[in-house]
Amino acid sequence: MTSRIRWFVALVALWSLTPASLAAQGDTARAGVRISLSYDVNSPPGIAVLPVRGGERPITDSVRAILQRDFDYGSRITIVGFNEADLPLVSGTPNFEVFERMNVHGIVQATLTPGGALHVALYDVRTKQPANVDNFPLSSNVLSPAWRQGIHRAADEVERWATGVQGISATRIAFVRNDQIWQVDSDGENATPIRGTAGGRSPAWHPGGQYLAFNVLTDAGSQIALHDVFSGSTSRLTSTTSGTSGSPMFSPDGMTLFYSFGLDRGSDLWALDPFRGGRARRVTAGGGSENISPSFSPDGRRFAFTSGRLINPEVYIADVDGTNVDLLITSGSGDQSYRSNPAWSPDGRQIAFQSMIDSRFQLMVISLQNRAVKALTSESQNEDPSWAPDGRHLVFTSRRSGSDQLWVLDSESGRPRQLTRGSGAAKHGAWSPALKGGSAPTGTLITPDRRER
Amino acid sequence: MTLRVRSFALLAIAAVTLSGCRGKPETTPEPMPPAGPSGPTGEMSTPARPMNPGPTAAEIEAARADSVRRVEAVRNTLTQPIHFDYDADEIRPDARAVLEAKLPILLANRQVRLRISGHTDERGSDEYNLALGQRRAAAARRFLETRGVDPSRIDIVSFGEERPVGMGASETAWASNRRDEFEIVAGAETRTVPSQ
Repeated sequence: MTSRIRWFVALVALWSLTPASLAAQGDTARAGVRISLSYDVNSPPGIAVLPVRGGERPITDSVRAILQRDFDYGSRITIVGFNEADLPLVSGTPNFEVFERMNVHGIVQATLTPGGALHVALYDVRTKQPANVDNFPLSSNVLSPAWRQGIHRAADEVERWATGVQGISATRIAFVRNDQIWQVDSDGENATPIRGTAGGRSPAWHPGGQYLAFNVLTDAGSQIALHDVFSGSTSRLTSTTSGTSGSPMFSPDGMTLFYSFGLDRGSDLWALDPFRGGRARRVTAGGGSENISPSFSPDGRRFAFTSGRLINPEVYIADVDGTNVDLLITSGSGDQSYRSNPAWSPDGRQIAFQSMIDSRFQLMVISLQNRAVKALTSESQNEDPSWAPDGRHLVFTSRRSGSDQLWVLDSESGRPRQLTRGSGAAKHGAWSPALKGGSAPTGTLITPDRRER
Repeated sequence: MTLRVRSFALLAIAAVTLSGCRGKPETTPEPMPPAGPSGPTGEMSTPARPMNPGPTAAEIEAARADSVRRVEAVRNTLTQPIHFDYDADEIRPDARAVLEAKLPILLANRQVRLRISGHTDERGSDEYNLALGQRRAAAARRFLETRGVDPSRIDIVSFGEERPVGMGASETAWASNRRDEFEIVAGAETRTVPSQ
């Protein structure tokens, strides 16, 4: 459903390109026609990225390096390297025959335009024609984080052209370091603290990418706050002086915030609407146990959560109104009875979680189709999984480098990469949705404490 | 900040209790003669001892020290932490004794307000431990409430695994971190110290 909408939007975007602008760029793909690359779907298509044209050398080299790295981190494309001197352009076009013998299926030619955009053409090596072309606006502040995000958006779209799945490089990961919330680009660049988030823990992105909810742990306890990424303002959503709030999570439609609240009798999940007001309502009936760490199914009709209702912490799923609670993992997975921190995959088919083995957490996924459990990690301690929008990569906290840092795992190949380094432990990684870059605000924030007691 | 509040509270307890003790000696003492050497003329220093002497400096010091000890004891009793088993909020027998020792002080000094903070060891998820700490703090408050302490005098809060007192990944460190801490937040002007 969502992908169909995205597909339609992409078509409209392509139609909007005028034939004149395309001709001016010297490539000839017909707007509105989307041609898939010819390649075996079981092996990633080989892509060669030509030197970028239309700008100064250090800048064009940066653009090319960012594109190649984004394709590599996306795990769905094989970058084919080549010696430029060996493969000169023949009358302005690539030497398709040679590239085809090198197992290259598509060739990316990017050009910085005088208007400050990145023009990108993807050639199908077999047809020798541009399969897709588009212009991607860039920030005028060259090499700035916003400019880099523009390059990432181009890379993500090329990945969609080549594989049918949009890339994940135009995203950020929010996390906790040195007692506040930070964010870092998906490729590990631009790690920066977010002002106004002191004491922040457990950040969660709004699906629109504009807000971060998190809990604030101070001497006075733990409360839920909402940070507007665009305006930089932070407001409290809960304000009681007694009791503990934690683990906020937005519903997929962005209209409801689940969070845990505990006072006298364990902790339950509560729901509030941070944009339209109204009283918070209790969702779970945990009977005095911990009920925390919610994660929604992509259709918003169910959620997974951690509960200690049967002595030890386990992962459960329930309908969004709190009914039909079901123990998710019944077979043994780990040598101790401790499973927690579920993360429902964006494709809805599996749930990642952590399971304790030998007093340390390891990441696992369980299929919702047959409840088969698969271990994702075994080295050091690994916890707090959060899915990338592609439903394939996960960010998590690992101690494998000696201190707690964020790592990214390709859940299909098992390939890890370190995302954060140095200067203090990093934890509680939360992968953002695809970031459009400065879209309009989606609602008016009303922020009194509205919990029913 | 919290520390400052706590030490202020202690000072207040000490001051009030001391003044209370100092007023205590048997009968009203006569004005003390000026201590030290008399005037330079030496005309009429009367070295005769007063009939009804006040406490000597040593006695005052002893009373003061005793009072400080008792204030310390009250403070220690009220703030002594209790400990828990792994992933549990049950009040263990050793914790029960610690809580029961606080009871007479709390019942005799109704102006005293406490804040109980629940803590966990580093194992387990951060979010689970935040909730578990709350359950531990609530368990201690419930224990005191069922024995007559008005629960509105006790705030409860959790810091999960964020504020360990024992470092390292050992059972000793973990056991020391699975605890409730008790902080005197108000009513520190108490001076009633029930005798055992």
